[in-house]
Amino acid sequence: MRTGGVKARPAFYQRKECVGFMNEKKSFKAWITSGKVNRKLCIFTFMFVPVALLLVFTYIPFFKMIGFSFYDMKYIGEREFVGLKNYLEVFTRQDCFQALKLSLYYIVASFIQLALALYFASVLSFKVKGSGVFKGLMFFPYLVCGIAVGFIFKFFYTRGFVLDTVLQWCGFNLEQLPYWLRDTRINNISVAATSVWRYMGQGMVMFIGAIMSVDASLYEAGDIDGANSFQKFIYIILPSIKTIIVLNMILSITGSLSVFEPPYVITGGDFGTGTYFVIMNELAHESQKVGLASAMAIVLLILIMIATMIQKWVEKYYFGVGDAEPLREVRKRKKRLEAKGGAR
Amino acid sequence: MSTAKMKRIIISILKYFTLILGGFISVLPIVVCVITAFKTPEEYASTNVMTLPKSWFYFENFIQAWSQANMGIAFRNSIIILVFVLAGSILTGSMLAYVLSRFKFRGNGFIRNLFLFASLLPGIAMQVSVYQIMYSLGWINFLPGYIIMMCGTDIISIYIFIQFFENIPDSLDESAIMDGCTYFGVFFRILFPLLKPAIVTVMILKGVGVYNEYYTANLYLQDKNRLVTVATSLFKFTGPLGNQYNYICAGVIITMVPALIVFILCQKQIYGGLAAGAVKG
Repeated sequence: MRTGGVKARPAFYQRKECVGFMNEKKSFKAWITSGKVNRKLCIFTFMFVPVALLLVFTYIPFFKMIGFSFYDMKYIGEREFVGLKNYLEVFTRQDCFQALKLSLYYIVASFIQLALALYFASVLSFKVKGSGVFKGLMFFPYLVCGIAVGFIFKFFYTRGFVLDTVLQWCGFNLEQLPYWLRDTRINNISVAATSVWRYMGQGMVMFIGAIMSVDASLYEAGDIDGANSFQKFIYIILPSIKTIIVLNMILSITGSLSVFEPPYVITGGDFGTGTYFVIMNELAHESQKVGLASAMAIVLLILIMIATMIQKWVEKYYFGVGDAEPLREVRKRKKRLEAKGGAR
Repeated sequence: MSTAKMKRIIISILKYFTLILGGFISVLPIVVCVITAFKTPEEYASTNVMTLPKSWFYFENFIQAWSQANMGIAFRNSIIILVFVLAGSILTGSMLAYVLSRFKFRGNGFIRNLFLFASLLPGIAMQVSVYQIMYSLGWINFLPGYIIMMCGTDIISIYIFIQFFENIPDSLDESAIMDGCTYFGVFFRILFPLLKPAIVTVMILKGVGVYNEYYTANLYLQDKNRLVTVATSLFKFTGPLGNQYNYICAGVIITMVPALIVFILCQKQIYGGLAAGAVKG
């Protein structure tokens, strides 16, 4: 996400130029409303609360957490400096490492979710009967709160209940069906599927928004050239919204590393479904191994930073930043020029 | 019939088939919950989950769920939290965005980057040490403390506000200053009223998050008799009641009703808000 720089503003927003307002009298009120003082006062008071909140609830905990990760400690009581032992433990403990591997299920799930969202978004952004209803039905799960989703799917997957009944209608035999939440071969897929169910609609609405912002004249041009819907999708929609697609793919990787709610609520992390955060939460708040949990958090943070850096690079390479040209184009041109020079 | 026409018909059949399938899968888990919520305990025990209840006017499950999960108090708390958190974060977020977008001063870029970096830190991981801070402040089981913590403005809403300010012409500010308005006056009298569309967007994005927030509510509002919220109230059903799905489903439906009402009333704004939040890159 780019926040950009500060645009050139009128003189009275600059420090040197805000000489004063209409009031010339020397009183406290005049002083407080005089340009320079008022400017400083405004900057200070408007920023004080949000920045204070940011420091107290993000940065102080962040630096504290880095500190915690070198100690063997509980929330209250003695603490003991152990150096890098916690970090070593993160990589050697069976459960932590196993949990990181689980992220793969969620990465795959989130790619499926993006693909479905893209498909439905492009179908619904053309003329479809009842598109509002379909959109609403598929979007609503996003508004259901996480724990309710948990209960809904606990119920949904229970032996002999909803999913089994539907599959029996389709001709499956109950004996052949696995225990969706207990069978370790399949339960992670079951749990990951719930997050596809919950977030697919949100992705769809986002993509519809992006597709709607595509210049309509492009479609008209496509119509004149006799393009069918599939061609329109490939040649008009996809290139126009590729930035947002790539962005979402990378966001979904960071999201998949930090999955928490579905396994926490549906299985409680049992039967090998505990993701990294579920394990971390258990360590921090149940066994009170605050140091180890902090080390886990820091390791995850580093992974997320790496993913973000890759994202920034991909963005720069393929799309360019602001007015700058994408690096890929620059390199291509360079190569072409070199080839030409060589031929000569 | 020409082959082209055949092809078009087949494609549109496929299209509607996938749409119906998608819609069906999206509502099936919820519909089954509704069905189960209207069943008497005997019916629940004896019939298949997919069979419709005998009567759609059997409300005993809802009454039971409401009282067992303390939902009266839960709704009251959730509304209090929602109102104060939204008011607080919209006010602080828009003020910050005003300063960051309008004033050029040393540290402007630095503060933007502080917020940007903060958005990378995964929220749940941070709670390990935020918990310690809340504990030392004495804010565990303290509703105002929880509200203040939730107000911590997130980058998305600040970004939406900054974006919006960029599109308001400076000439408005200028004429206000000419008329002797102070900077505070410019913000509160001129710009803030113009922010309405951005405020609606932020309210929706943040409101959904706050109403559904489960993890921090569970962590910092542990007194489940007094400080239960709608999201945490359902937790009551995990213990010995874990198999009474006719009550659980009723509880789930109750928590869903406000979301459904808001969704039906402000569908357009919700879609618009999400799209606006998405096209931020």
